[in-house]
Amino acid sequence: MKKIRIGGGAGYSGDRIEPAIEIMKKGDLDYIIFECLAERTIALAQQQKLADPDKGFNELLEYRMEKVLPICTEKKIKVITNMGAANPVSAARLVKDIAIRLGITNLKIAAVLGDDIFSDIDDYNDFNTLEYGNKLSEIKGEIISANVYLGAEGIQQALQNGADIVITGRVTDPSLVIGPLLYEFEWEIDDYDILGKATLAGHLLECGAQVTGGYFADPGYKDVPDLWNVGFPIGEVYENGDIIITKLAGTGGKVTTGTVKEQILYEIHDPSNYMTPDVNADFSQVSVKEIEPDKVLITGATGREKSGYYKTSIGYKDCYIVEGEISYGGSGALEKAILAGEIVEKRIQYTGLSIQELKVDYIGVNSLFKIHIPDLHGYNDVRLRVAGRTTLKEDGIQMGNEVEALYTNGPAGGGGVRINVNEIVSIASILIPAENIKTKINYEEV
Amino acid sequence: MKLREIAHSRTGDKGNISNISLIVYNMDDYELMKDQITALKVKEWFQNIAKGEVIRYELPSLGALNFVLTNALGGGVTRSLSLDRHGKSLSSFLLEMDLKS
Repeated sequence: MKKIRIGGGAGYSGDRIEPAIEIMKKGDLDYIIFECLAERTIALAQQQKLADPDKGFNELLEYRMEKVLPICTEKKIKVITNMGAANPVSAARLVKDIAIRLGITNLKIAAVLGDDIFSDIDDYNDFNTLEYGNKLSEIKGEIISANVYLGAEGIQQALQNGADIVITGRVTDPSLVIGPLLYEFEWEIDDYDILGKATLAGHLLECGAQVTGGYFADPGYKDVPDLWNVGFPIGEVYENGDIIITKLAGTGGKVTTGTVKEQILYEIHDPSNYMTPDVNADFSQVSVKEIEPDKVLITGATGREKSGYYKTSIGYKDCYIVEGEISYGGSGALEKAILAGEIVEKRIQYTGLSIQELKVDYIGVNSLFKIHIPDLHGYNDVRLRVAGRTTLKEDGIQMGNEVEALYTNGPAGGGGVRINVNEIVSIASILIPAENIKTKINYEEV
Repeated sequence: MKLREIAHSRTGDKGNISNISLIVYNMDDYELMKDQITALKVKEWFQNIAKGEVIRYELPSLGALNFVLTNALGGGVTRSLSLDRHGKSLSSFLLEMDLKS
């Protein structure tokens, strides 16, 4: 039976590159995916693009591609990534420039477009947000981005047109894998059963090392060897949709039924109805079986017809978050931290600062005195953290000052103040009909 | 006995909703876990964190339960005031629950 080997080359925007290079060199891969776009990343990228129309893609794109392009050309591995973020067109152009610089020829780079609907956002003012249930027009902050979660069809089409590198903006993470599978196996776009299996393959690979023992270790309960050198996953997908997850021998980490089960349920709500733009996938009857060490077979995913709606993330300028921290040590550290927190709260009331929400935390083990942890008893080391939300930046700065003023006005021995005031871009989501969205593809060639 | 002795767990986040998987090490323990770790108990356990409904999904073929905790992430990763904005550490807290063997 035909099978395709796909590597998980990144599980988040800043992930390590060495394990990706390793599986490209030794993993006998047909494809490698780099999943680099979290929910809010694209809104921040959109801000960069506003400041500079040539920017707004993943900041590690150049670093990664310089390392990846020579190997994928030599080994005939195709690259699928959402590193285009808010600007796949510029990202593809940059990849072309890198290829020219490296003397690489016969490379076709596709930029999948159509997710950015910011210019049409006013058409959706009456749509209700999933988060708050109110109309989009009732969002208070300035809207700065609107991106649809596209499915796999653009990626599939780019591959059909001979692309070696496919760069997208916002697509669902599993689509990075579903696209090449649709293309390779020529599955029908309405074969929902097989799309459910492909979605699970994508879901298992999209978070990189999370399925190979990264994010798994719990010393004494779930020991993982050589976690510092954890290998990235390789998914072997068969034409019937069966999946084997494995990793390279000699790398750290492990692939077991346990690591795979944790990833199957990661960020899943109803396992029988995982909705994507490609399919409503059903993972509720999935079975996993270790067939060899570090080799797990996954079967039994299915799917039903998709909803016909695209989830759309809308980024808007929401508020400011201020965080102020200070440390107290020795006997009575917790009491001092509690007193300091109360002082800040009273000062906020007294000065009339407008703080919409306030959170006071007591953190710590041994940051101050370098005591061996087994010798610790009680609270010898407490870091007070006061976090607040403000509409006006000035209120945030003043609240930060109230934490800093504890230096001379607060309890004894307070040290190490740090203040941060950050503007927060938040996300609201709406569902828009699939027929409103047109996918387009730009190509660059060298 | 703590739940940690028989099961492992991972948290995921989507917006203001947290999901926490609970997976037995040994399939023989699945019924014990299913009987005792109800949605109601989990809602009580996370009462200071999960402000909304708690839903439980059963996955006998994986020996797993999946809990979905609504309104549990202080507004979600984009606007939470929590140190752990994703709620990644919630899985460790769930494993602290007591279990009658």
